[in-house]
Amino acid sequence: MTATVPATTAALALGDDALVLSHRLAEWAGHAPVLEEEVALANIALDLLGQARVLLSLCGDEDELAYLREERAFRNLQLAEQPNGDFAHTIARQLYFSTYQHLLYAELAAGEGPFAPLAGKAVKETAYHRDHAEQWTLRLGDGTEESRERMLTALTALWRYTGEMFQPVAGLDADMALLETRWLESVTAVLTRAGLPLPEGPRTGAWSAGAGRQGLHTESFGRMLAEMQHLHRSHPGATW
Amino acid sequence: MVTATALEAELLDLAGQVPDPELPVLTLSELGVVRAVRVHGADRAEVDLTPTYTGCPAVEAMSLDIERALRAHGMREVTVRTVLSPAWSTDDITPEGRRKLREFGIAPPREQHAAGPVPLALGATRTLTGTHTPDPAPVECPHCGSPDTELLSRFSSTACKALRRCLACREPFDHFKEL
Repeated sequence: MTATVPATTAALALGDDALVLSHRLAEWAGHAPVLEEEVALANIALDLLGQARVLLSLCGDEDELAYLREERAFRNLQLAEQPNGDFAHTIARQLYFSTYQHLLYAELAAGEGPFAPLAGKAVKETAYHRDHAEQWTLRLGDGTEESRERMLTALTALWRYTGEMFQPVAGLDADMALLETRWLESVTAVLTRAGLPLPEGPRTGAWSAGAGRQGLHTESFGRMLAEMQHLHRSHPGATW
Repeated sequence: MVTATALEAELLDLAGQVPDPELPVLTLSELGVVRAVRVHGADRAEVDLTPTYTGCPAVEAMSLDIERALRAHGMREVTVRTVLSPAWSTDDITPEGRRKLREFGIAPPREQHAAGPVPLALGATRTLTGTHTPDPAPVECPHCGSPDTELLSRFSSTACKALRRCLACREPFDHFKEL
């Protein structure tokens, strides 16, 4: 399948989101609080990796794109690259991202654009990711004082990265303003049920984060890439 | 749509008989993942395979097994294409496939019929006790048949399964979750 230039821009953006978040989630392997959660995070990471492979293959060679690009060439959201932090940070990131991804894929799946086949498949997978994040948000928000405090800290810390998700992307045929409205409604509803306030502070403009789609990334991303790319760069062309 | 030739039907049947690499009790045809076989010229075959999950790592093993099976049947060149659309659903698993899953100790997916988003509901978890409303279509324990089972985790040993426990016989079991 060949994609047009705008479609490639969009495929790279969505593919990088999936790849980078997949890697972040995979970092939990061996560290998750309970075995079931270890398996859950690895499964979500695997779904995202599968989506990344399809999307990056629309742009070129998936391995070259994943392992041989420099930091500035990645087009993922800054939200996706944020470090795992404590478990609440990971869940807050999952809640923000999987809600967005699920809504976006549902819209793309309903259309007839180049991403409809993948989105039709992935929307069913991301429904489970979103549910997983929502369940944990409820449990942590409505849990102990400690879990509530940590969840609130995490939600607040990542809040400023959420505006970037709704910036227009060339080649992405989606109504971003409508997506944002639905996203806010959904996140607000989950937080209300969890007994948590919606974080305050800007999501766009000054003091918010963004520009991942333009290749600008946060400090920890370089270290993540170094680990992700090290083996491939040290042993080019190696196979198992 | 082009009607399949007798050879294509035969090859489709052969490809469908390949066992699933992760659930060898099921064939690929019972799983519903082999979509079509087209023959070009005398001995070139093209197979359409759809993944259960986008990231399903078994697709590569399935492709190799299909290639082997068709080559053994005289095909010189076998290409396996991964097709995403229409998306695979657990409703594509045949009744025979469901029966075999249950026999193997895996609760089969419930039928969904209507397309659309996966219905999600608050389920019981092992860290959350309390009342839970009875499920209109409960997942039955594949060991003792009891409808009284609880969800331990939405994710299990593979992407396509959830982990549950039977409250009657206390056995944990995998549930092929609806997709």
